[in-house]
Amino acid sequence: MSRQWIVHAAGPGLTLQDQGRPGYLPVGLSRGGAIDQLALFEGAALLRQDVSMPAIEMAGMGGTFEATADVRIALTGAPMQATVNDQRLEWHASHHLPRGSLLKIGAVKAGNYGYLHTGGGLDVPLQLGARSTHLGAGIGAPLTAGDQIAIGEDQGPEFAGARLRIEERFHGGEVRMVPSLQTHFFAEDERKRFEATTFQRDMRGNRMGVRFVPDGEAFRSDAGLSVLSEVIIPGDVQISGDGTPFVLLAECQTTGGYPRIGSVIPSDIPRIAQAQPGCAMHFRFITLEEAVTIEQNEAIRRQALASTCEAMRRNPHDIPDLLAYQLISGVTAGDNPERTKS
Amino acid sequence: MTTDNPEPIIRTAGYDGFLISFGETLSEPANRAAIAYRAAVECANWPGVVETTTSLVSAYLRFEATRFSHDEMRGRLEALLTQSDWYQASWPEGRKFWRVPAVYGTDLAPQLDEAAAMAGLSGKEAVDSLSQMRVRVQTIGFAPGQPYLGSLSPEWNIPRQTALTDRVPVGALTLAIRQFVLFSVSAPTGWRHVGQTALKLFQPDMDDPFMFRPGDEVVFESVSAEHLARCDDRYGGARFELIR
Repeated sequence: MSRQWIVHAAGPGLTLQDQGRPGYLPVGLSRGGAIDQLALFEGAALLRQDVSMPAIEMAGMGGTFEATADVRIALTGAPMQATVNDQRLEWHASHHLPRGSLLKIGAVKAGNYGYLHTGGGLDVPLQLGARSTHLGAGIGAPLTAGDQIAIGEDQGPEFAGARLRIEERFHGGEVRMVPSLQTHFFAEDERKRFEATTFQRDMRGNRMGVRFVPDGEAFRSDAGLSVLSEVIIPGDVQISGDGTPFVLLAECQTTGGYPRIGSVIPSDIPRIAQAQPGCAMHFRFITLEEAVTIEQNEAIRRQALASTCEAMRRNPHDIPDLLAYQLISGVTAGDNPERTKS
Repeated sequence: MTTDNPEPIIRTAGYDGFLISFGETLSEPANRAAIAYRAAVECANWPGVVETTTSLVSAYLRFEATRFSHDEMRGRLEALLTQSDWYQASWPEGRKFWRVPAVYGTDLAPQLDEAAAMAGLSGKEAVDSLSQMRVRVQTIGFAPGQPYLGSLSPEWNIPRQTALTDRVPVGALTLAIRQFVLFSVSAPTGWRHVGQTALKLFQPDMDDPFMFRPGDEVVFESVSAEHLARCDDRYGGARFELIR
């Protein structure tokens, strides 16, 4: 039987996501891809595979999955309830999953978007150079119960049972932004007030963007209503007609007419995307030079994530059928001669 | 003419991009300058450039800012700006001229008469005017493959509606402020629905899923509803030739 996932139950927001499809701005198609790009790097580090492989993004709620072969998985992004055959699975970690076992992923415990990564990735066809679903453009569609997803050939089937210590990004906090093409539409006082304001993440939010509500007065630009539509970049903080900020994310429009006060740097977009409704958020301007340095350091950190993975130590009392578990899933990674043949 | 054109302005866009603006209001020279300048950037093939695009009057460039400096990239953009009078630039090559069948008015496009009245025309005069005008794709945006076309003749400088139309169908030809927007998706809009085409502007399963590119020219020829119903090929009955 071919290696695949069978989706037995699916929450409403399950989509295949990767690093997205750059290069289609001139024809009106935004990059898309995983809302929390950092999670893709974490999944790749935990499975020691390439970051370009697609994962299953789960908005708010997971699903029930069965693999038709032994697989490795990693769970990243917003932590969710997860069990395999009713045994609890650690999040921000990689695991061996024996063929036929039922992986159940429930609701988020914090944050919004969790990710299920598979050793070997998912063997779905490229569409316009990527495998990610773009809901706004109608490329692909959410996963539903009964779907079957082919699993790619796993180049490193031994390695799993690792965990990553991650920097918390699921409860709001402070994000940094750079001045951008329309920041000059906002008076300096208005920009200062923006930085001093506490915002609450609104109920309204999806893969296109997220609304924030200020604890004080609405914001206004000096540009008036006659501004020409201009290029939008994910991370842009647009001040909508009601004077509240809307931070644009992976599936944003490619152009827009609302003035934008600044642009959240890519390193901090996961914090925006993962803030649950009600979370408090602050915005702070940094210079372009500071942003470049931050992004350079973050790129280096992401490349080195694999070296920071730690082996998980398990308490044998937590494993009900210890013998079977070790035989099938090989948590000792790499020293089981029977596993090297496949 | 040249003296009326503003100095192009280079601004940063996000932490890893530049926006080169050729005006603050839409004009044909600014639109052409943006499209021609972006084509020249693509042609130059500078190291580190990730993607480029145009809006109505600006060109945008995104680059690998962790590996290439802003000063270096800005220097290249400035040098390219001085190489030519971009407001006088010719259109890039490879543009297409499209003839697109459209039904004006009727229950397929219920706001023609309303728009005509605002332009001071009868229904028939409006159809004659709109169906003979050769318009240009000024930019593509909002939704995949969705073009903004213009400029329409001055009488069509009518405002958007204050209330939104609940939903126009895919292929709807809508009008405001001397522009057409041709819808690639079904969406609510403040633009008036004056014509209906059979175009599917974004077909993700095709080799080339997008019909139009900025700079392409289009005439929306008036046809009957019966004719439109037969326009069921991949181009919705539209035909094109290369502009030479």
